[in-house]
Amino acid sequence: MKQLVILSGKGGTGKTTVAAALAHLASQDLPIVLADADVDAANLELVLDPTKQEVQDFAGGKLAVIDPETCTACGTCYKVCRFEAIIPGSGTEAYRVDSLGCEGCAACFYQCPEEAIRMEEQRDGQWFRSDTRFGPLFHAHLFAGQENSGKLVTLVKQQARLLAQDTGAALVVVDGPPGIGCPVISASTGMDLALHVVEPTVSGVHDLERIMATTNHFGVPSLVLINKADLNPARADEITAFCAGRGVQVVGYIPYDTIVTEAMVQGQPVTDYTDGPVTEALQAIWERVKDHLDV
Amino acid sequence: MIITVASGKGGTGKTTVAVSLALSLAKSVNLANPLYLDCDVEEPNAALFLQPTFQERREVGQMIPEVDPETCIYCGRCAEVCQYHAIAVVEEKVLVFPELCHGCGSCTLNCPTDAIHEVLNVMGTVERGWAKLSSASRRLEFAQGTMNVGEAMAVPIIRQLKQGVIPPDPGDRPIILDASPGTACPVVESMRGADFVLMVTEPTPFGLHDLRLAVEVARDELGLPVGVVINRDGVGDQGVNDYCATEGIPILMRIPLDRRIAEAYSDGGTLVDTLPEYREQFQNLYAAIGRLVAERKGARA
Repeated sequence: MKQLVILSGKGGTGKTTVAAALAHLASQDLPIVLADADVDAANLELVLDPTKQEVQDFAGGKLAVIDPETCTACGTCYKVCRFEAIIPGSGTEAYRVDSLGCEGCAACFYQCPEEAIRMEEQRDGQWFRSDTRFGPLFHAHLFAGQENSGKLVTLVKQQARLLAQDTGAALVVVDGPPGIGCPVISASTGMDLALHVVEPTVSGVHDLERIMATTNHFGVPSLVLINKADLNPARADEITAFCAGRGVQVVGYIPYDTIVTEAMVQGQPVTDYTDGPVTEALQAIWERVKDHLDV
Repeated sequence: MIITVASGKGGTGKTTVAVSLALSLAKSVNLANPLYLDCDVEEPNAALFLQPTFQERREVGQMIPEVDPETCIYCGRCAEVCQYHAIAVVEEKVLVFPELCHGCGSCTLNCPTDAIHEVLNVMGTVERGWAKLSSASRRLEFAQGTMNVGEAMAVPIIRQLKQGVIPPDPGDRPIILDASPGTACPVVESMRGADFVLMVTEPTPFGLHDLRLAVEVARDELGLPVGVVINRDGVGDQGVNDYCATEGIPILMRIPLDRRIAEAYSDGGTLVDTLPEYREQFQNLYAAIGRLVAERKGARA
């Protein structure tokens, strides 16, 4: 069983479009399991029409709660909090906790001389196992502004891997989050291959360097795909040369085409929606990725 | 006035809008010099468009514990209070795991023999300087945070960027924060303390789905006023328009789908330099935001 993660560094370059298309194409060749590791803005479900089979709560962290009855307004909690999460209040509530600022460190809990603070476990999100016409999908929803997205990503990915092992699936396809921080590190670790989706723009080139350095750092081999390649052919060449210099293969070029958005509006992977140049490019990309993964 | 530019979904044009807004305001003689903060510390891109010259650069990160073996009695209290399992005591040895530490200082406060002091664990940099402008008489101050590759936590870098650069009383000075995509903790940190959150979205199902989540954070959780800029207007469907109408969220500006804008962007060209007629629209956008913020303050008073 192999695992593939789709990444990009910069957001909005087409990760989910590519992940959905590869899910569609791969499922015609192999049994697969899917995971959406972008837990704070999960979009894969919008084009895979999933039917939820299982819903689970995710409790990631803790939150400080001040009991106003016991609190003597001494201000110790306010002084020790380094996250500006204790806010001076008024009237019966001398201090209150800003739930979005609190990192659950419990410094205030331990320092409060009156033992007026307790730590409460927080429900930070939910995760789901769903059926799609291409295979099972694990996805999640991190509640607004919550922390611990890395832990939830790890959980979603682990569930997908375990099911793939149990059912003898040949491939897990993971749609990754943008950036290079904790959710990306969680999504990348243990993967057999990272496919980076990049646009031929100054931002795209800059962000590709950083995401490739990140996946290299964690020992995950890279392939690159240039999306909207004809938007700036000179910059697409620059990316190709940059990749060649690093010994990284560019597995394909997808042309700029509003059919991609049209397919999204229709809630379908672009390869399932149309037979045009975009689909042809993605079919060739899938063949190359398949060779690399040896599945 | 502090404005955070956010979106939920990535690649909708946050940096395009934030950069063009800042450049347009820098041209306006009626306003104080704007200040721009690139808070997308994982993938900072605004400098590619504003081409700043930096005057100041410092290493940032968070304070992590260092244990003095002479004073330590290996009681294990530090490991017991740490919520992140970032410190462990094994016989006569204390192990610190910097990548797990949140820098809360609880171990230092709880150590019975004062054997812990804290040292800076460098996770990135904060740089500060001035953007390149065509007019010598106007200035645009620029600052950015950059997280080092391999680091996991963006929030401490954003926090130190804000603390180091935003003046305590910004008054009428336009301060623009360019946030990262998503809705998790780095985005929350970029929105905290703002007067207004400007959401840049595209009129597609992905754009709408993530816009809803970003509005949940900014308006419902943080209680901030929000407004929308629709970018690539004309592509996609009616979902974003319908949502904004139902929720009473003002659509403050529309930027049509225009391949010229995308092509200019791909080479580091800004929207207002490519199509200067937008400058006035961005100045009007700022004025509209100012009215919405004043209304909110009036309603509270």
